Amino acid sequence: MNSIIWLVAIPLLGALLCTVFPRLANRIGWMFAAGNMLAALLVMHTVSQEGAFHYVIGGWSQGLGIALFADSLTALMVVMSAIIALAVSIYSTAYFTDTKKQAFYWPLWLLLLTALNALFVSADLFNLYVTLELLGLAAAALTAMGGSKEALSAAIRYLLIGLIGSLTFLAGVVLVYTAYGTLDIAVLTQQFQNNKVSWAIATLMTLGLMIKAALLPMHFWLPPAHANAPAPVSAVLSALVVKAAIYLMLRLWPDIFYPLANIGISYVLGGLGAAAIMWGSYQALRAQRIKLLAAYSTVAQVGYLFLGLSLIIVLPDGELRHAVMVGVVLLALTHAFAKAALFLAAGVIMQRGGHDRISDLDGTAQTLPVTTFTLALACVALIGLPPSGAFLGKWQLLTVLLHEGLWFWIIVVLSGSLLSAAYAFRLLGHAFGKKNIPHKRLAIGLEELPALVLSLIATLVLAFASAPVAKFIQPLSGVSQ
Amino acid sequence: MLIDQILYGLCGIVLFTFGLRIAFSPVHFLRRLLAINVAGAGLFLLLLSVAYRGFDQAPDAVPHALVLTGIVVAFSATALAVALARQLQNRDKENE
Repeated sequence: MNSIIWLVAIPLLGALLCTVFPRLANRIGWMFAAGNMLAALLVMHTVSQEGAFHYVIGGWSQGLGIALFADSLTALMVVMSAIIALAVSIYSTAYFTDTKKQAFYWPLWLLLLTALNALFVSADLFNLYVTLELLGLAAAALTAMGGSKEALSAAIRYLLIGLIGSLTFLAGVVLVYTAYGTLDIAVLTQQFQNNKVSWAIATLMTLGLMIKAALLPMHFWLPPAHANAPAPVSAVLSALVVKAAIYLMLRLWPDIFYPLANIGISYVLGGLGAAAIMWGSYQALRAQRIKLLAAYSTVAQVGYLFLGLSLIIVLPDGELRHAVMVGVVLLALTHAFAKAALFLAAGVIMQRGGHDRISDLDGTAQTLPVTTFTLALACVALIGLPPSGAFLGKWQLLTVLLHEGLWFWIIVVLSGSLLSAAYAFRLLGHAFGKKNIPHKRLAIGLEELPALVLSLIATLVLAFASAPVAKFIQPLSGVSQ
Repeated sequence: MLIDQILYGLCGIVLFTFGLRIAFSPVHFLRRLLAINVAGAGLFLLLLSVAYRGFDQAPDAVPHALVLTGIVVAFSATALAVALARQLQNRDKENE
């Protein structure tokens, strides 16, 4: 028995139990999220001891059974999701007070976690398609739990666009089987050649993942879906579900598609990333509500990750490429923790104050000091101020860009940070604004703690953990297996 | 017989592109949902044509398994989409 299998088994079992015992869903739910955390740590331990490993369920021969795979990137993603999942789960026990809603929420949320974990550890392209689709279904159903008319129509749009994305990905998978007769990533990495079919495969899969990752110009579905879902759901969608598509890009391009890498594709992906940074930050600056601001900021952050990816694609294997890889992973981790914290904090503000309009936030620092502190920490991480993980990530990115003399990208990264500082301070300016409210003693609600912990991880823990993380990520090579 | 295989494959590709074309256009939700299903069916047709290995040989079983899985996934996605659309419709009726 291998530790990796628990990553899928534990949340799946939890989802089933929550369906069978809806009255106990709250308790079962967070316990299984904690169990998932143990499984994730176990996988990370195995990877750090033995390196990357393969596992075939049931001992079937290669190509028949379901193959699972974990390396350092997988381990980091899995642990990141597990920490955020636990925090969101604890928050959800306080957020959904209605037992009927709990009975809907917990099975869907644990199924989403199952799909996410399965996606991270899949070693086979078709399983990646299935998990991508499952993730989209669970995410759309959870979005609809917002209940409002806007939430429902956003959920439908999210579902349809997600279906189009995964179908496009599937078209690439079908062509892979037609051309190479295998779907195993490790085998494909060795057999992949630079020809017309391969280009069609790469184009289809990349387009599908661009839709799923909400890269500009395919971002239009993200803000309504993320802004209208219930707070814990928005946190998971923005922090984790978007990352799944980016994780796949990081998996596919340096490994399977390595023979296709050229400067042209790098400029296309980098250019779209740069446009996403500017457009997302600008829209976040104009947003009237915290959740909409957070959603547009996700569009911008996806841009940074694609900009980094465009460098990973063209740089030859070596120190520079490793530096970019570390930068991208740090940015992805920081964004996940900070954005989850921001959405959870927005949820607290909405539940206490009844709204999340930025212009009416004055006095929040007096009524909800802890949550306002959380907002501030999350903003520090989103701007990329030191000592957050994003600061170190951007630093890595800028160092390589300087070394390569890519001035235009440097301007984009710096002005993007400036814009994000602008929208963050606009939010904080109102949150810290004074209002005549009778003085109260400092009180911390249980539902404020998960967001606080997440924002502390984004700003402080990741800063200290960056060196071990950099060491942990093995230098990726074109033919890694 | 090889001609048949190419014909089926091409037919699948045509269905896929037509389906996606409609799925991206601003038509009624149900038409877009059906178009996505047509596109999916096109891909399954292409995958099945790949499974053919000659008249007197058993077809490749892997694409069959993939198509079966794909059909189940497509079915659940369609069901979820229709369920959500019905909820939205009910909401509209309440407001009237």
